[in-house]
Amino acid sequence: MNSQLIVKDKIVHDDWVKIDLPKIDMEVKKQAGKVVLFKLTGDDFPTPDQIKETQIPSSGKIILPLKAYLLHKDELKDRLNKGEIAIWVLSHEEIGSHLNELGDLNQFPLIAVHIDKFADGRIFSIATQLRINFKFKNELRALGDILMDQLYFLKRCGYTSYLIRSDRDTNQALKSLSDFSEPYQGAFDIQEPVWRRKNRKSL
Amino acid sequence: MYIYDDIDQKIVNERVAQYTDQLNRFLKNELTEEEFRPLRLQNGLYIQRHAPMLRIAIPYGLLSSKQLRKLADIADKYDRGYGHFSTRQNLQLNWPKLEDTPKILAELASVQMHAIQTSGNCVRNITTDQFAGVTPDEILDARHIAEIMRQWSTFHPEFALLPRKFKIAVTGSTKDRAVVQAHDIGIEFYYDEHQKIVAKIWVGGGLGRTPILGTVINERLEWQHVLTYCEAILRVYNLYGRRDNSFKARIKILVKALGIDQFRTLVEDEWQHIKNGPNTITEDELDRVKQFFTEPSYQTNLKNTLEEHQNNKPFTQWLLRCTHEHKIEGYRSVTLSLKPYNVAPGDVTSDQMNIIADLSDQFSFGEIRVSHEQNLIFADVKENDLFELWEKLKAHNLATPNVGLLTDIICCPGGDFCSLANAKSIPIADSIQQVFDDMDYLHEIGDINLNISGCMNACGHHHVGHIGILGVDKDGSEWYQVTLGGNQGNFASIGKVIGPSFSSEEMPIVIKRIIEVYIKERHEDERFIDCVQRIGFEPFKKNVYQVQEV
Repeated sequence: MNSQLIVKDKIVHDDWVKIDLPKIDMEVKKQAGKVVLFKLTGDDFPTPDQIKETQIPSSGKIILPLKAYLLHKDELKDRLNKGEIAIWVLSHEEIGSHLNELGDLNQFPLIAVHIDKFADGRIFSIATQLRINFKFKNELRALGDILMDQLYFLKRCGYTSYLIRSDRDTNQALKSLSDFSEPYQGAFDIQEPVWRRKNRKSL
Repeated sequence: MYIYDDIDQKIVNERVAQYTDQLNRFLKNELTEEEFRPLRLQNGLYIQRHAPMLRIAIPYGLLSSKQLRKLADIADKYDRGYGHFSTRQNLQLNWPKLEDTPKILAELASVQMHAIQTSGNCVRNITTDQFAGVTPDEILDARHIAEIMRQWSTFHPEFALLPRKFKIAVTGSTKDRAVVQAHDIGIEFYYDEHQKIVAKIWVGGGLGRTPILGTVINERLEWQHVLTYCEAILRVYNLYGRRDNSFKARIKILVKALGIDQFRTLVEDEWQHIKNGPNTITEDELDRVKQFFTEPSYQTNLKNTLEEHQNNKPFTQWLLRCTHEHKIEGYRSVTLSLKPYNVAPGDVTSDQMNIIADLSDQFSFGEIRVSHEQNLIFADVKENDLFELWEKLKAHNLATPNVGLLTDIICCPGGDFCSLANAKSIPIADSIQQVFDDMDYLHEIGDINLNISGCMNACGHHHVGHIGILGVDKDGSEWYQVTLGGNQGNFASIGKVIGPSFSSEEMPIVIKRIIEVYIKERHEDERFIDCVQRIGFEPFKKNVYQVQEV
């Protein structure tokens, strides 16, 4: 199949449309974590203008920027109930600080995390927080600079779908999901460490 | 010695297969240099000045004779017949070929070794006390905890791409020999007032560009929670550590920016979600891991024959400097100095590796340890065997009685090998060793640490040397900055710069003048570091800079 999307362990057609933020001309220092970011620049990203100007299609299954969703939350209620609304966050955004406004996270059929650079390891901890701290149970998707060599780790942290970068071979990427057969430590997908799962008594 | 089971072996084998595929994709241009970089680094592979450098993991510094023979073999077959023991208890090969690295890793896997996470922005080799398990002042054998942490941190899916590297050190003795306060996380086990074993957790220590000692984040943590607590620290760091500037990306910068109190609050909040979770260590698991370490079968009622040699001065000097107290009567631990004259500190030839492996079989249950001071240790030698061992070590240039003395220099590979370095470090060590070639004088000077780094990344730990030397670049030429008053161990401190830097030619004389002041000013039995702390920098500065003042 001609698709860049892997869901669980299969290449499938993507029936969601990701809605992007309008582009702006500004140097954004979003590589730093939120706490330090504030101290660095004091700027918000996305900007209030970007959030306001995000175009929301009137039908279909869409993945909205977190802040754009929050702005239009009331008018999107029916569509949310129909299962048409999902949200995506940037790696410096904190879902944890919007839990009150968002309500039950499990009303979203899908949450996605976008990274600009594959080396942005925040994507892993964001998943752990969503899965373990906030008990999110539905589809968790990795977006952006998603490459095969990080897939196994993404899976272990709780991602269930991966949109592989458009210039890369999805079939090849699929194989890396099973790079290791018996991980040592507990993480989200296999929560018990190997010494709790296996009998390791004898040498 | 920790012995692998099928699960350990499979993980290492699967890694070799994964890395082989990654390298092939890189060679076929399916991976860019930028994309391959973190992958090769997490396998210990640097692109260096002359060739790639491969850093092989020696978990908590423990090696079997079989493994050391394999390392000798690899050094012969794929390199130039020698290796370099690093300050994080690993071994570095300076001349391997990129295309050979999968073969080297496969050979390592055949003796239960690997190069996993010896570099890159991930949790590195967990280091510990070189005398763990044999020292009389021990509360808990830190190797067992370090092995549990090794397994937990190996391919930890959440911490594969941290903002920067992450180093953890563990000590289970009352005397800290693992420099835990100079690590991203330092763990120190102790008995609390109820005689329960608990851990003190330090966070945000580190040398490098911004040298700083760790701050206590948790004064008293039950040992069962060590993994989940570290996980909480790492999660907070992973989410909030700076990623915009690699010089400000270590956890110490985050801890300073937030302040320890806010940082602690964030960690405790995270911890509440995983505390008592599946990664909590159990008594059973600690016992199980213990059994995977082979315990030497010590003999008892040994007669001490050392007195026969009490008039042999070279031997007694060696005994004093290079052997250490052991928990079992009739045994001592022995340090093999890798700092003889005219050899780069920490370097060992493959011939020496083979000899050391043979001697360890004969004298120390076939085990060898690496210390962060870049020496090797035979942990379990019978006192009665010491004289024979000494003679054999001496024949191979491995019995220089300078452990803990001025010429037992900690030194990074420096500008001769490392592409990060601003200046050479090995020739400086060499020139100092040449000036201080009188063993009697060295013994008279006594305990002193001299550490040299070729750049501010501080691989040579210069900040915690009593005397520290840092190579700096000034308008394209190499200069050396001198610090005094650094210290490692329980009373760790960061040294301070004494003044303008020196040329390489001046360095031996500078050190000589520093020592002259100490010899003149010291009280009886006063160690160098204590003397510096008592009299301050002025007398040293005056003597060192005398020429410039004229």
